[in-house]
Amino acid sequence: MGLKKYLEDLAPLFHKGGKYEKWYALYEAVDTIFYSPPDVTKNAAHVRDGIDLKRVMITVWLAAFPAMFYGMYNLGFQANTILAGMGATSIEGWHGPLITLLAGHDPNSIWDCFWYGAVYFIPIYAVTFIIGGFWEVLFAMVRGHEVNEGFFVTSILFALTCPPDVPLWMVALGISFGVVIGKEVFGGTGKNFLNPALTGRAFLFFAYPAAMSGDAVWTAVDGYTGATALSIVASDGMAALQSHMTWMDTFLGNIQGSVGEVSTLAIFIGGALLLVTKIASWRIVAGVMLGMFALSTLFNLVGSDSNQMFAMPWYWHMTVGGFAFGMIFMATDPVSASMTDTGKIWFGVLIGVMVVLIRVVNPAFPEGMMLAILFGNLFAPLIDHVVVQANIKRRLARVQS
Amino acid sequence: MEHYLSLLIRSIFIENMALSFFLGMCTFIAISKKVEAALGLGIAVVVVLTVTVPVNNLIFTYLLSEGALSWTGVESLKSVDLSFLGLLSYIGVIAAIVQIMEMFLDKFVPALYNALGVFLPLITVNCAIMGASLFMVERDYNLGESTVFGLGSGLGWAFAITALAGIREKLKYSDVPKGLQGLGITFITVGLMSLGFMSFGGIDL
Repeated sequence: MGLKKYLEDLAPLFHKGGKYEKWYALYEAVDTIFYSPPDVTKNAAHVRDGIDLKRVMITVWLAAFPAMFYGMYNLGFQANTILAGMGATSIEGWHGPLITLLAGHDPNSIWDCFWYGAVYFIPIYAVTFIIGGFWEVLFAMVRGHEVNEGFFVTSILFALTCPPDVPLWMVALGISFGVVIGKEVFGGTGKNFLNPALTGRAFLFFAYPAAMSGDAVWTAVDGYTGATALSIVASDGMAALQSHMTWMDTFLGNIQGSVGEVSTLAIFIGGALLLVTKIASWRIVAGVMLGMFALSTLFNLVGSDSNQMFAMPWYWHMTVGGFAFGMIFMATDPVSASMTDTGKIWFGVLIGVMVVLIRVVNPAFPEGMMLAILFGNLFAPLIDHVVVQANIKRRLARVQS
Repeated sequence: MEHYLSLLIRSIFIENMALSFFLGMCTFIAISKKVEAALGLGIAVVVVLTVTVPVNNLIFTYLLSEGALSWTGVESLKSVDLSFLGLLSYIGVIAAIVQIMEMFLDKFVPALYNALGVFLPLITVNCAIMGASLFMVERDYNLGESTVFGLGSGLGWAFAITALAGIREKLKYSDVPKGLQGLGITFITVGLMSLGFMSFGGIDL
């Protein structure tokens, strides 16, 4: 029990009147990582359950790991395959020496591919974590709330949706916007109305479209242009897509893209954990699937001569782009989603409909998941309001009759 | 028909009066604390816009634009261009119509009149209403198009203010820093909302 005693001995220094009173938020964060806080409920309504915000957030964080590790391997695999095709044995820039330090460029070696991905992804994640964490701690210290594990989730989700080649200063700018404007000005975790990771990502998307979208950014090889599945369909149709890749490729994740979004299978493994532990609401996930299925099938039936995206069936919509990642990790964010059970389904359906609508009808944005979820977040409180009012009306009618 | 439908959708979502042109901000921010009030104001805006834009269109086409007076048959009036009177006449028309509508509702639909309350006169000075009339002139809409455009702009504005009211009801439980409380955080909220509405930007109808 050495550690516990050590932390308890330190405690008076950080409490009110102590030497390091201002740093209490940091002390509290370290303390609660190792031990559960001593605070107990004093009034009525006691729930005996070990789950708290910390446990919830850490579970989401862990659930993103399959997608993250597979994504790092796939990032390297895609890049090494392209390099082997070009006959190159090394890449330029500061990534190059780091890669050759521990691995080669053999696309068949799992370690080589994994290390390549790690060299690209870990700096992005580190910058996200350090810069975002800085804002989080700063606000916690000045405003006297606790450093919250919600930030673990925000940082990993933000890093996983960035293109692998993104400049690190953009990462810093994006996560700063997401954490400060998306969350902290409203008072921290639980008090915001938009998903902070998506707010930061959308800010970057509109501020620096060249670095955040298009065909050149999704592979970690300079100067290589490879169209994403969605842009192939938009320009050449479903037949062209199927000559590039099979549905199984997109499901398992053998495609280029941001680290987190490529493998639908890995995302579903993490998603299963979230659904079984009831951290992610199955109603939202079901709603998103339903909305996406309904509208994409409708578009299939209507058909169009000029717009190739009309012909894309729902199971392709599910595996390409950020759909699966957004559905499991972003849309189910308990803070920015609807709170009521009925509302959750409608919230999901709205997102599912919007994502297909943006992908198919809007030529300006090939990918729609991010914007669809933000749009859903805007209407989540209103959906709740309508559901609550309807309940009140129904019960009132029952009482009066 | 398709043309009118795409105009309607464009004016509701893509060229949303509140969230892409930021028109009508004063009432948009002042009356968005409660969903019911916001909805009432939204409906009033829809009604007023649907009436005033086509009426202003008629006034512009038959009185104000260059050569509009040729229907009188008077030779000296044929080349008269009164469009410099535009702003003045539109605001007058809007005020008059709102006044007439208020009297009409008071007399025949008192329930709606009471529900709308102070919002109806407030709308006279809502710049979204004026803006819609000016857009109508600038874009050369005909009578049918102006009606659809007025309806769509109103619906879009009502949509946006109701969503904002929903969010603000939720934000009541937020812990906003002192300096940002009230209007400050509302402006940030509106900015973030228009970020969400940018998903429609670029749709070509």
